[in-house]
Amino acid sequence: METFLGYKRPDGRVGVRNHVLILPASMCASDVARMVAAQVKNAVTFNNQLGCSQVHKDQQYIMDVMAGYAANPNVYGTVIVSLGCENCQMDLVEAAIRERTNKPLEKFIIQEEGGTIRTVEKATRAAMKLVQEASLLQREPCPVSELIVGTECGGSDPTSGLAANILVGELSDRLAALGGTPILSETTEFIGAEHILAARAKDETVKNRIYEIIKRYEDHIKNIGEDIRDGNPSPGNKAGGITTLEEKSLGCIHKGGHSVINEVLEYAEEPHEKGLVIMDTPGNDMSSIAGMIAGGAQIVVFTSGRGAPTGHPIAPVIKITGNRETYKAMEDNTDVDASSIIYKPGSLQELGDLFLQEVFEVAQGKLTKAEILNFMETAVVRLCNFV
Amino acid sequence: MVRQAPADCEEREGTMPKAILVNPKDNVAVAVEPVRKGDEILVQTEPPLRLTAATDVTVYHKFALRDLSRGDSVVKYGEEIGVATADIPKGAHVHVHNVTSRSLLEE
Repeated sequence: METFLGYKRPDGRVGVRNHVLILPASMCASDVARMVAAQVKNAVTFNNQLGCSQVHKDQQYIMDVMAGYAANPNVYGTVIVSLGCENCQMDLVEAAIRERTNKPLEKFIIQEEGGTIRTVEKATRAAMKLVQEASLLQREPCPVSELIVGTECGGSDPTSGLAANILVGELSDRLAALGGTPILSETTEFIGAEHILAARAKDETVKNRIYEIIKRYEDHIKNIGEDIRDGNPSPGNKAGGITTLEEKSLGCIHKGGHSVINEVLEYAEEPHEKGLVIMDTPGNDMSSIAGMIAGGAQIVVFTSGRGAPTGHPIAPVIKITGNRETYKAMEDNTDVDASSIIYKPGSLQELGDLFLQEVFEVAQGKLTKAEILNFMETAVVRLCNFV
Repeated sequence: MVRQAPADCEEREGTMPKAILVNPKDNVAVAVEPVRKGDEILVQTEPPLRLTAATDVTVYHKFALRDLSRGDSVVKYGEEIGVATADIPKGAHVHVHNVTSRSLLEE
């Protein structure tokens, strides 16, 4: 059995990083979370712009993301910070996390602690304690089948469909064969390619679900009087040479390789099946990645034709381009040059070996460029305006 | 100093702009080097296909492998990616100025 060195968690899952998460329950707690994380080595946080004044479905999205982030196996333990009066109440956030994991959890409510400075003080001490506990953990051999790898493409150009997504598809096939779980995401970029995915569904239920999530997405945008094709393909996609959404989608779905599609997950839902699964996420990179990481992805592989800086506070994001000019121009932000797939026909197998090795190395601690440069920005899906 | 002409065919191929046919069903190919109008393009198929560029083609953009008429399907990845909105001569740039999605056409 293939193994890699990872961190075993008390809930049975396996992490590739060993972070302590400072989790702001709403936008009103984000500044305090940032202050705490800035004080404590190996503590990570994110700028939560949601968590209050949201309709029920939107609140559920951010609750799922918060719970999923805390449960992500790259996280040793979590310090939740809430303001106190927000809709995402501390007890709700705690319960949602506890449904997913039994890992260490501390909580501080700013209005009860007596303001920013007192909360920062207490939460910082709690975070210090968790970070020190986490530092005692050693990596242990873990089965590769524990790996959940999110796949994403952003700033696509035609080289994405010719090379970078082909390489990610090769990785996806290899991971699935090893018993791991690659996630194909970006529902908006299934449009025009849905029949190809449907033909690979494990059964009728999965097949119907693929069509269902696409229709649901299109209907949702239609219901607010907009067209899903507005802005898609983006100006950058078109400048690169992608003409229609169909062309973009047909390139995009290469990330899912050729294996059977076993399950269709809701946004931020944890997979129940091994092998290739689909998650219903937007084409927007950061919110799509957030959903997969909340669903338990320990690593994200991200292709870009134009070059993208995207990272994430919890999971390493490995970036790949198939455009050799972009690799030169955006080398600081790009980990893998896949352009040889275009210029040296027959190089896919060799590059596939190297790329799988790269993913294992990152799983065992090799830092990605986005991690080294501290790229942290993230986004979460929303249905509608604040209330 | 006089530049010597390429000694053999293979060397000459090295200087020809190259293109890729993604799927045998496709009626467009993708330039993987910048193409100038009038260039002879080498499409890397088995056996290789040669055609003359009717327009400039930006690197990684598409060009027609045969004459396309308005209303014809434009096929890449073996699938329809759109419909020609104008007649497109063989070797000409294929992009948003002469192709649109079928679903946008039907609206």
